[in-house]
Amino acid sequence: MAALFSDHLYEAAAMLLFGVGFTTLLLNRNLLKKIIGLNVMDTAVYLFLASMGYIEGRFPPILREGVTDASAYVNPVPAGLVLTGIVVSVSVTALLLALTVRLYERFRTLNIDEIVLLARKGEK
Amino acid sequence: MPKINDRYPASAHKRVSDWLTNGFTGLDREMTQAETPPAAPSAEAAGQAEDAFQEKARRDRERESDLYARLHHWSVTRGERQARLLYRFLAVIVCGGIVFFLLRTVSALPALGRVDAPVNNEVSYRYISRGPEETGAVNFVSGMILDYRAFDTLGESSVLFLASCAVMMLLRLDRDDAKGPVPSPLSLTGGDLHGDDILRASSLVLFPVIALFGAAVVLNGHSSPGGGFAGGAILGGALMLLSNAAGEERVSRLITERRASLAIFTALLFYAGAKSVVFYTGANGIPLDIPLGEPFSILSAGLILPLDMCVGLIVALTMYGFYRLFTKGGY
Amino acid sequence: MNLLACLLLAFLLVCAVSVSFTRSLLGSIILLMTYSVVMSVLWILLRSPDLALTEAAVGAGVTGILFFAALARLRAVDRAAKNGGKGATHAEDQ
Repeated sequence: MAALFSDHLYEAAAMLLFGVGFTTLLLNRNLLKKIIGLNVMDTAVYLFLASMGYIEGRFPPILREGVTDASAYVNPVPAGLVLTGIVVSVSVTALLLALTVRLYERFRTLNIDEIVLLARKGEK
Repeated sequence: MPKINDRYPASAHKRVSDWLTNGFTGLDREMTQAETPPAAPSAEAAGQAEDAFQEKARRDRERESDLYARLHHWSVTRGERQARLLYRFLAVIVCGGIVFFLLRTVSALPALGRVDAPVNNEVSYRYISRGPEETGAVNFVSGMILDYRAFDTLGESSVLFLASCAVMMLLRLDRDDAKGPVPSPLSLTGGDLHGDDILRASSLVLFPVIALFGAAVVLNGHSSPGGGFAGGAILGGALMLLSNAAGEERVSRLITERRASLAIFTALLFYAGAKSVVFYTGANGIPLDIPLGEPFSILSAGLILPLDMCVGLIVALTMYGFYRLFTKGGY
Repeated sequence: MNLLACLLLAFLLVCAVSVSFTRSLLGSIILLMTYSVVMSVLWILLRSPDLALTEAAVGAGVTGILFFAALARLRAVDRAAKNGGKGATHAEDQ
């Protein structure tokens, strides 16, 4: 357990945050809190990805004057992947919020249980 | 042959053993037997058989849906508390199980920050060592996502465009058939926010600084941290502030729907066209001499500067469009 | 550096957990924005300044404003329904 948190601090914390976000998504009945839980899950995964590229004691991936050795910089590849992911995450959040607004205009409640009940009653 | 499965006259075993004992004549006989069709039942008998079959199927379906309906009714009326507790218990158990297995996998990974982890292979070495001379970009991440891996950035721009289309489908109000005046929701009193004195005074100072910072981040994407996405998001935020401070009517006269759609379309087209030319010439070995300039200056890094500006424009206008779709129903 | 990272990660965990326990929606949105800002500091500790800039601009900026705009629109739907019967929502058209 101590080895987990001394060797893999960022990864373990990212997985814990993933679990917390997932629990928030499943256990809350309010739609906006579900969307916040999904956002927390997204950012936890990005933390995990970017911590894969970290190398101890090296510079950030911007060229410094005079340091041309390629083994003096942090791995830039995972950072590029996460950059795309952050923009996709904001797109998904915007779409989910638009859906929530339309659902509220139709059913006048943010509680997912009540929405399902009203939708089923409307079908019959 | 041992006598198994002879109860069923048409079983495969019996047919194969018949064929083997009787030889090909048996097969001939079977084939001619199969050619004469069985006597067709009369229309009434066929109709009654069909009715009985449908009746049985309907009763089965009813019984199943009745059971489901009763279970569902119980779960929403009397058993509501139990159903909810069961769901919550199962949710916690499932999440805990997933986190446990994820933590086990994490503990088997190489330690954080070690040089010999498998993720630090020759790909990153190549991008860093040959990056500045091939792309001209001093920021390795920018050079990677706009030159070596520009296809990924095109895909991500299209995801942004798709999301914008989907939000427009959901939230756009046609001015022509809105019944009555559309309420401006961002207010406590029912009016526009631009009469708010604090907001107007503070945005007079803040908006130029934020817009300038966003433009600087976009233009310096290849030589300092930032790039198209960060600069575009900052510019989008600045436009949201402007829309609140200067009044929504004035900003919507500046950024009309037609201009914004044209700008986004042109930027995407330019990005796709430029990168198509680069891919085509690169794949066929045709040399393409784009001046790389000197590192650390703004006018350098070849195509990366125009592509950064395209991406920044797309992201800024899309974020601003999301905001306007939520508050006004359109650009 | 490890102690700072531990403190920031513990703060992130507390933020994420307390989103479920906040009654007001405004409070949970503000918690999401603080989560994004602290995550941006963590990106700097992981030596990725691009990600820090993008996360600060997108998480605390654009996503926060979109949440507020959605919340304000929900309140506007309530107010319109209370004031004028149908209001001007286009829920009835579709």
